[in-house]
Amino acid sequence: MSLLNISGSPHVHSDESTKKIMWRVNAALVPALLCAIAYFGINALLVSIVSVLACVLFQWLIEKFIMKVPSTVSDGSAVVTGLLLAFNVPATVDMLWIVVIGALVAIGIGKMSFGGLGKNPFNPAIVGRIFLLISFPVQMTTWPQVGGLFPMTFDVPTGATPLGAFKEGALGEGVTFMDAFLGHIGGSMGEVSAIAILLGAAYLCWKKIITWHIPVTFIGTAFVFSAILWLVNPETYMDPLMTILTGGIMLGACFMATDMVTSPMAKSGQLIFGFGCGLLTIIIRNWGSYPEGVSFAILIMNSVTPLLNRWCKPKRFAE
Amino acid sequence: MKTFRMGGVHPEENKISNDAAIEVVPVGKQMVVLMNQHLGAPATPVVQKGDKVKVGQLIGEAQAFMCANVHSPVSGTVLKVDTCKDAFGLAKPAVYITVEGDEWMETIDRTPDIKRECALEPKEIVAKLKEMGIVGLGGATFPAHIKYSVPEGKKAEYLIINAAECEPYLTSDYRVMMEHAEEVCIGVSILRKALGVPNAYIGIESNKPLAIKKMQETAKQFEGIIIEPLKVKYPQGAEKQLINAVTGRKVGSGKLPIDSGCVVSNLGTSFAVYEAIQKNKPLIENILTVTGKDLKTQHNCLVRIGTTYNEIISHTIGQLPESTGKVISGGTMMGKAVVNLDAPTVKGNSSVLVMMESEARRAPETNCIRCGKCASACPMGLEPYLFSLLVKNNRVEESKEHNILDCIECGCCFFSCPANKPLTDEIRLGKNRVRAMLAAKK
Amino acid sequence: MTQQILIAVIVLGALGILFAVVLYIVAQKFKVVEDPLIDEVAEVLPGANCGGCGKAGCRAFAEACVSQHSLEGLRCAPGGDAVAAKIAELLGCAVEQGEPQVAVVRCNPANCGDKRKSNYDGLRSCAFQNTVYTGESGCPFGCLGCGDCVAACQFDAIHMGENGVPVVDADKCTACGACAKACPRRIIELRNKGKKDRRVYVSCVNKEKGAVAMKTCANACIGCGKCAKVCPMEAITVEGNVSYIDYKKCIACRKCVTECPTKAIKDVGFPAPAVKPAPKPAEAPAAPVAEKVEIPVAEKVEVKN
Repeated sequence: MSLLNISGSPHVHSDESTKKIMWRVNAALVPALLCAIAYFGINALLVSIVSVLACVLFQWLIEKFIMKVPSTVSDGSAVVTGLLLAFNVPATVDMLWIVVIGALVAIGIGKMSFGGLGKNPFNPAIVGRIFLLISFPVQMTTWPQVGGLFPMTFDVPTGATPLGAFKEGALGEGVTFMDAFLGHIGGSMGEVSAIAILLGAAYLCWKKIITWHIPVTFIGTAFVFSAILWLVNPETYMDPLMTILTGGIMLGACFMATDMVTSPMAKSGQLIFGFGCGLLTIIIRNWGSYPEGVSFAILIMNSVTPLLNRWCKPKRFAE
Repeated sequence: MKTFRMGGVHPEENKISNDAAIEVVPVGKQMVVLMNQHLGAPATPVVQKGDKVKVGQLIGEAQAFMCANVHSPVSGTVLKVDTCKDAFGLAKPAVYITVEGDEWMETIDRTPDIKRECALEPKEIVAKLKEMGIVGLGGATFPAHIKYSVPEGKKAEYLIINAAECEPYLTSDYRVMMEHAEEVCIGVSILRKALGVPNAYIGIESNKPLAIKKMQETAKQFEGIIIEPLKVKYPQGAEKQLINAVTGRKVGSGKLPIDSGCVVSNLGTSFAVYEAIQKNKPLIENILTVTGKDLKTQHNCLVRIGTTYNEIISHTIGQLPESTGKVISGGTMMGKAVVNLDAPTVKGNSSVLVMMESEARRAPETNCIRCGKCASACPMGLEPYLFSLLVKNNRVEESKEHNILDCIECGCCFFSCPANKPLTDEIRLGKNRVRAMLAAKK
Repeated sequence: MTQQILIAVIVLGALGILFAVVLYIVAQKFKVVEDPLIDEVAEVLPGANCGGCGKAGCRAFAEACVSQHSLEGLRCAPGGDAVAAKIAELLGCAVEQGEPQVAVVRCNPANCGDKRKSNYDGLRSCAFQNTVYTGESGCPFGCLGCGDCVAACQFDAIHMGENGVPVVDADKCTACGACAKACPRRIIELRNKGKKDRRVYVSCVNKEKGAVAMKTCANACIGCGKCAKVCPMEAITVEGNVSYIDYKKCIACRKCVTECPTKAIKDVGFPAPAVKPAPKPAEAPAAPVAEKVEIPVAEKVEVKN
């Protein structure tokens, strides 16, 4: 018999682990990935692969040669970042090399410079995306046009997203709610299909990795706020349903704002967080210079998270 | 079905020894009786080397306020009064007795008849609890006579008996309910009388349907005993959580159950109370579960207090299997890991739980991903992740401000942490520091 | 145009004067009168804020020195005599020469490493482990090996040895006492460095009775008192089954070292006896901490013991 182990109680542990959580998030992203491949074809697949590989490689290199710590790439968090980064860029050939730069910024600056998983104040994928948006404004807003299913060519015609078109004053003609819901619209590769994203979010809720608090308040606030604006002036402002179905609100609310590391821990804090994200998104969309504001909104709310953690305490037993 | 208001987890129940009837472990050749088997100061030995003692004879007297009497579990000669290493290897005052025969004190009623009537007054009951050395058998071993002397200005309104047995593996309370339901109910009636409360509630988790049925049938014959089935959730058996589940009341930060008009006792205690009051039998026996996934047989057994772990193991399962990685006294969530198997058992021990090496080791710790699962699991509404940081940086004052002393050390935070952080350990360390700081301030 | 510039200049100028006046008044009203000596004293202190003096930090120590205007009862261990002399010069007071001291770990690694009796699997903290059980060695008085002392040291002077008992680097140790305070079992003691850095001490604090202690650890002090009998200076006392050498009386004659039946008494800084073979432990490379200890075996004994 080997030596007896001694420790303080408890002596059992649930089968939860960081690794399990991260790989489940990856699983939840699969429907959106499939949708992206279906609508944007081989480009989407290639951009995703390049992005994921780049993120994993950069994390491995940084841990091995700069931080000199055992590698943690197997925990799957770099894969999550890679997928989310790919989902946030248009599926074009240019992206095949641009996304590598994005991966370096996301992993290197967004995550590892703070000490790795769990210590980053901002969502790494959003950091990467915003860096690319500012550095490569043309490539990042050249959206492939959606045609038939599984386009197998590299050269696809490009066009505007519904949001971009709206910003230019051309109200999204010919785009129906059903198109937006299924994802038959222009946009970043992972954000187009609301149904695929909701499917993944439902899985995460079922596995208790996320709770309803952030997605529902995020989307709800965006819907209510845009509805008010729309009721005031339907000419200038977008239809609220269209607002939440197009652009990155669905992807942001379900996968990026709910990132455990950068969102508040207490439920009350999560409600404020979701509300802030929704409000800022609509403000940036309507009065900012960018047609889309989800990334900026989440980034701003990420910076408020430590404060929310301080203010919003869980309810004590005795209260 | 009722349960407590927040947090909690659901560990694998593993009640694999449910069907093993209580068996008696024979007395060995020598018995070592520790003098501090209870919360508080150790009892003072009142026997000397060479004295003859009988079963049930007083050998350690409670002289301090927070203390309980200790009685001889065997008959024989006192070998020496010395120290003995307890289950954690620490030396404790003890009386060594060489066993000779099995001669009981004449006052003890050893007939199997059930004695139902109790003519004692509440004050006399409490005095007898003290005389018989009864302590709470739920784990904290709080002296019963102190618990049942309600302080001036406070009033008990509820008596709650904890039969939740929310800890995984443990089945001793379940066996007592199945085999001694009537005695338990008489014990509860006596405690009810001692407190002068109209009703006593016995909280049983719904994963023990047979026990609930049996207790409900038996309780019909008694006045004022209500069986309260509870939803299965750990830590249902924690005092504050049980009060909340049964009565809906809350016990405030730093307050005792009696401040909310409640007194909570363990089911095993009520059985010991029956034996002490009705049969004059001091607390000299334990009912404990010998269990483990890798054991060929599962046992519930009755042992004299002072029997060593090794004696219990060799009588029940022969020897520890090769795969043993940890031996725990108590359940997997709050029990203590035992290092010295030659140590005598003490009052309040509820199990010898053998864990396999493969499940006994903790997984390596990784970074906190701020998922907040620890805070959602905390039944006291605390923030374990925050304490982890505060303790690491030795910020004692702040941990007190965040109510670290409210922690009941149930272990839900560590259990649910995906990063395997030893949160419960860190909080215990933090609590010790806060207590040291408060003591230094006084 | 000129007018606009003029207005701007006047407005900003007026604001500037107004703020200056306000700042002046505030500065006068809330002026903190501080003895400039405090800064000067703080300047000569090492600035490690180790807390070894018992004050909150170096500045607090300087304040204490200046307020009582002497060094009585105040000593900066890391700074030693040199700093004390400088402070005394600044304050214009006398200075007591203190013996230089060093931290000493009074536990033998006899029971650690491969001879562990259990495997501790909880929080890596001695303070916590001490509340759980005896520790891996099985000795209720011995070192727990989680390195609370190592974490407490500001001077990188104490490290975990390969046997799980910490080793003090006497050259770096400033005798601030932080490790001694951090140790929940009070194993670490500050002792005089001794002449030529030679010192003798009992490397055990086990208060168990002899037979019990010997069972726990082969190198435990069993309180037999043989050392006290041979000591020519009456420097050794046996109390509670453990002997103690008073470093103020000890002349480092080493009679007790040879007398001790369990080799619990250690001598440090003496030249190693030539006959003593230094068998290189075969399993040494396997020990994970081995790479940190760069000193060759023979020398290491001198440093640590």
